[in-house]
Amino acid sequence: MQALTHRAKQVNRSPMNFWERLYLPAIFQGMSITLRHFFKRKVTYNFPEQQRSFSPVFRGLHILNRDAEGRENCTACGLCAVACPAEAISMEAAERQPGEEHLYREEKYAARYEINMLRCIFCGLCEEACPKDAIYLSETFAPSDYERKQFIYSKQDLLIPHPINEPEEYKKALGNRAKPEDKS
Amino acid sequence: MSEEIKKEAPAKVKVTIDGITIEVNPGTTIMDAARMIGEEVAPPAMCYYSKLEDTGGKCRSCLVEVAAGSTADPRPMPKLVASCRTGVMDGMVVKNFSSERVIDARNGVVEFLLINHPLDCPVCDQAGECYLQDFTYNHGKEYSRYKFVKRTFIKEDIGPYIQLHMTRCIMCYRCVFVADQITEKRVHGILDRGDRAAISTYISRAIDNDFSGNMIDVCPVGALTDKTFRFKNRVWFTKPVDAHRNCENPKCCGKATLWLRGEEVYRVTSRRDKWGEVQSFDGKPGWICNTCRFEKKKTSDWVVEGLTTIPRHSVIGANKYKKLVVPNDPLQEVMKGVQPKLLMDIHSISEVNNPAIDLSTIMGPSNSNDFKKAGQHEVPYDETIQFGTRSDKEVEE
Repeated sequence: MQALTHRAKQVNRSPMNFWERLYLPAIFQGMSITLRHFFKRKVTYNFPEQQRSFSPVFRGLHILNRDAEGRENCTACGLCAVACPAEAISMEAAERQPGEEHLYREEKYAARYEINMLRCIFCGLCEEACPKDAIYLSETFAPSDYERKQFIYSKQDLLIPHPINEPEEYKKALGNRAKPEDKS
Repeated sequence: MSEEIKKEAPAKVKVTIDGITIEVNPGTTIMDAARMIGEEVAPPAMCYYSKLEDTGGKCRSCLVEVAAGSTADPRPMPKLVASCRTGVMDGMVVKNFSSERVIDARNGVVEFLLINHPLDCPVCDQAGECYLQDFTYNHGKEYSRYKFVKRTFIKEDIGPYIQLHMTRCIMCYRCVFVADQITEKRVHGILDRGDRAAISTYISRAIDNDFSGNMIDVCPVGALTDKTFRFKNRVWFTKPVDAHRNCENPKCCGKATLWLRGEEVYRVTSRRDKWGEVQSFDGKPGWICNTCRFEKKKTSDWVVEGLTTIPRHSVIGANKYKKLVVPNDPLQEVMKGVQPKLLMDIHSISEVNNPAIDLSTIMGPSNSNDFKKAGQHEVPYDETIQFGTRSDKEVEE
């Protein structure tokens, strides 16, 4: 029969000779391979203590952006939700009332904003669709949990720290993305 | 003498638009003749509305090139003409999309229309069904080159049902014609001239006529929007279905499009034809009254006929299921009546689509008070979540 691929190997079915029936040489051969790996570079790492750095283009957990005055950028235009192939994003909009100008940048804002991280495939299309610089994918991932409800991220979970009211947390969240003038 | 000439005039005139010849009655405009041929050759229209008399000639988006005036005088017209206002002549040859001059002129018209348009589409309720959006994306650029301060207006309240955003207006006058021809008394109009021209009710008089809501439908942009739908949802997340009811108002046709979200009626509009105009029933335009539009916000008020046909290019058709009837779920039979165990009820954690709060029943846009009333259930979140663990309340304090 002609082989479908060139990788097919004929299995040797001939009876084992005396050397092979001893088994020990084969065991030592296997152990030598195992022992050799003791001295090779490890491919694994101890996760919680040791963490690998993320690439700058890593698409991880979402953040909702604020502007320099700490107002929410999102206007609940729904473009992220319509762009989302997994239908993970849902929102409800509300009108900004007089006196709320310091909270929201535009007259319409997202009163509710939720991302279902169980549904999210981290494709980044929401970030691409956003006309208001409001949603970004950060360089981290959603922490694991035993319960599903921990993966429904509300607006409060996604919003970045307030740059004026919480400068410490804001700086920490900014990380190495801080601009030179921010460091001073 | 003139009567004799009229009698001798041909019953039908031949006109060629983009290479397609059609015979139409004399006195037809180029626009109407093009629409008789089909969507492929019909020029875009922002101000012309066939169901309203005297509309057209204002926005210049329907400009066409007349390559030959008529059989008697086959010279081309020197300038582009507004097709909605120019009558056809026998033997006229019109170039619409096949003319580079026309395309170029329309790109210019787009830029002029966008000069004072705020481009606040993320906030605007019209986004998704806006003719200016469609027109802009089809012609020219989707951004404005204009770098100067745009014209602004003092915000004006024109009643409980209609929201006026004067900055978005492109001065098509359609709403003024609706008020003139459909409602009995017009209390709004265009005040001032030129750059400062503005739609306004005189002395801020509220528009309370029974058919004033039709102004929302004729507005090609987001200048006049439904206040009861304001910010409730985006157009493309609502599901349009055709429905009718027996309206007490004899002038109201009672046939409308409901924009649903689940079982909630978010918005009621009149039905649209393929030109974006109100559909005609028995030769009469199907205008609907304000009671149907603003007060019948329950599915039980209406008889649902079926899903509205949406053009393929429209974002409104995104993620819509064609069948209204849900197919029979065999799981119940297979499981012998045992209910499947839900691992998580989404409403126990999600605050969106809260069953306790019906956004569609709130008059006017919802605000922070509406969401507070619904009772925010505090959810204990893991501290390890990196960004933000604060609630809205803390921000307000």
